[in-house]
Amino acid sequence: MSVIADAKGGEKLIEVRNLVKHFPITSGILIQRQIGAVKAVDDVSFDVIRGETFGIVGETGCGKSTTARLLVRLLDPTSGEILFEGEDIGRRKGKTLKALRREMQMVFQDPYSSLNPRKTVGSIIADPFVIHGMYKGEGERKRRVQELMDRVGLNPEHYNRYPHEFSGGQRQRIGVARAIALEPKLLVADEPVSALDVSIQAQVLNLLRGLQREMGLTLIFIAHDLSVVRHMCDRVAVMYLGKIVELAPSDALYGFPRHPYTGALLSSVPVPDPVAGKRERQLLSGDVPSPANPPAACRFHTRCPKAQAICSEEEPPLDDKHGGTLAACHFPLSEEEVKLRLPVALMATKP
Amino acid sequence: MSAPSPLLEVNDLRVAFTTEDGVVHAVDGVSYAVSQGRTLGIVGESGSGKTVTSLTTMGLTRGRNTRVSGQILFEGKDLLTLSADALREIRGNDIAMIFQDPLSSLHPFYKVGAQLSETILAHRKSSKAAARDRAIELLQLVGIPDPHRRVDQYPHEFSGGMRQRAMIAMALANEPKLLIADEPTTALDVTVQAQILSLIADLQSRLGMAVIIITHDLGVVAEIADDIAVMYAGRIVECAPARRLFANPEHPYTWGLLESIPRLEASRDRELVPISGRPPSLINRPGGCFFHPRCPYRLEDHKRIDPWLEPLPSDPDHKVACLLSPRVRGEIWRGLRAGTPPEELRAALVESERQPGAAARVGASGPSEAAT
Repeated sequence: MSVIADAKGGEKLIEVRNLVKHFPITSGILIQRQIGAVKAVDDVSFDVIRGETFGIVGETGCGKSTTARLLVRLLDPTSGEILFEGEDIGRRKGKTLKALRREMQMVFQDPYSSLNPRKTVGSIIADPFVIHGMYKGEGERKRRVQELMDRVGLNPEHYNRYPHEFSGGQRQRIGVARAIALEPKLLVADEPVSALDVSIQAQVLNLLRGLQREMGLTLIFIAHDLSVVRHMCDRVAVMYLGKIVELAPSDALYGFPRHPYTGALLSSVPVPDPVAGKRERQLLSGDVPSPANPPAACRFHTRCPKAQAICSEEEPPLDDKHGGTLAACHFPLSEEEVKLRLPVALMATKP
Repeated sequence: MSAPSPLLEVNDLRVAFTTEDGVVHAVDGVSYAVSQGRTLGIVGESGSGKTVTSLTTMGLTRGRNTRVSGQILFEGKDLLTLSADALREIRGNDIAMIFQDPLSSLHPFYKVGAQLSETILAHRKSSKAAARDRAIELLQLVGIPDPHRRVDQYPHEFSGGMRQRAMIAMALANEPKLLIADEPTTALDVTVQAQILSLIADLQSRLGMAVIIITHDLGVVAEIADDIAVMYAGRIVECAPARRLFANPEHPYTWGLLESIPRLEASRDRELVPISGRPPSLINRPGGCFFHPRCPYRLEDHKRIDPWLEPLPSDPDHKVACLLSPRVRGEIWRGLRAGTPPEELRAALVESERQPGAAARVGASGPSEAAT
């Protein structure tokens, strides 16, 4: 597992080892038999360094949200270990699990369904204090909540308003305030801006970046938008069908992607510049195969432009391909191929 | 050189809906034109009126609570004055539309093939068997593998990308002259988005249609559109050929959109510059320039005076509705590109307004201040 260690050599906050989550598929009404499993996350290992922003990207159904939910223990892993500050949290229950919640919090994708419409903003943000029995005095709690509202850029006077009185961007700020209320060490943001309008997205992204700097938060940032992930993250893991196919520092991943799937993802991103954006597109054909019945060996071989016989016989290990970039591929992209298909990627690495 | 008369010409279109809360001015004086074989991209946020504009073109906003004025000329006929029956002849035949959410636009109880055939039979005299053959041919055209089997499947058996392809097949069934695609890729992953965009571009070049593509994603229009119109609060605030719009954007809202999205080719350390505030209510619109409450470069006058969409003196194809002078706008944009924060540019602008004749300092002082 030595290759998984981070190049920067910082202190590890989270170590994930061989994490697996299978959701059973059952048949029968009275007597339910398991007839298969959706392999949402299938043997994933990575580390998260204290204070960094770790990104997970991938298409719908690649397992990125399941991974996030496993990390904060909203789901129970099927097997594998999640070490938080050196302790395995994968089997925690009851009181010890509740104590863990003070350390890790989550910001959800949809700011409309993740806030209770019947509660005032003040009581939504105060909820973590109620649950964990902090700031018991009425005035003290209110003052603390208003500090939080001010910090995320909400007007503290709106303490008694209801979520429907706020716009999407402001609601997402409420969600962020609630998540940082307990001053957690880890914040997991699952698609925090994808439900927001373009002009509002930057407000929330800047807020998250600022908070991370001020509070020294460790941030796990999950999104399908590759430009947003690059902007936010220090290191990025690319997932495909429940596996990590490439893991690298942001600049390396976007400047010189090694896995053909990463290359295809980057090549698909529309560039808001009609002149610079011209390139030979590497289009993937077909759809992502079903995670209930993924292809054998390398899971990408059915759609990979570089696939050869060995790709359907032997699973490539996730190992070092180029200066700290981990990729699971038998035939990583060459510099020539990157140049041809991804002029944008090379532009990004220019000083 | 006389340009061929456009296929679709929208003149001063206004659409207002009466609601319990008041009158919503969804579209307010929009004009544009699309010619055969060209692609127009309409960009804007939710609530900017981009969808209502195209729904009105299709005659889908007619109702008791709707007030529509202006002209929508399609091949010289005003669609707004046509009867419902005459419009039905055109809709789905000469003008077709692709909607954002393919799952809710396909009927879950009917087979995909049956829904395709229905579109054909509504406009063509053809036997059911011939319509079914045409449906298979269309599924093949949009790149759905194994169309003979797929034609008898239900929408839930299709993946998201395939449903969108089926929607496109349906829109193309009668070889329309104009295809309106309303956020055709918003619900899709990037890899599928790239497939769908190249499919639309490919079909356009083969069939010679005019295409209107509506999206909030500047990247998508940069990929596919020849001309771009930027909408804000029911109006077009800037329109130009795509290359010129991206090279020399003129409206502060366009700058805001360009500066607020992270870009793959920019440095990671570059701070995003968000547009402050949020889009205005279309019931109580701000006075003066609609963008002034969010515009960093507003001056006192801008709160009273309503700007017109006017061509640039240097480029008649590039139109913008902004009260700043072209020279000042050019200086601010160069400042923004050099990484000067909008506050500094604003300060320089206000300063130059106070001392007439010193306007040139707006751009000159910006970047140098940033360096110190």
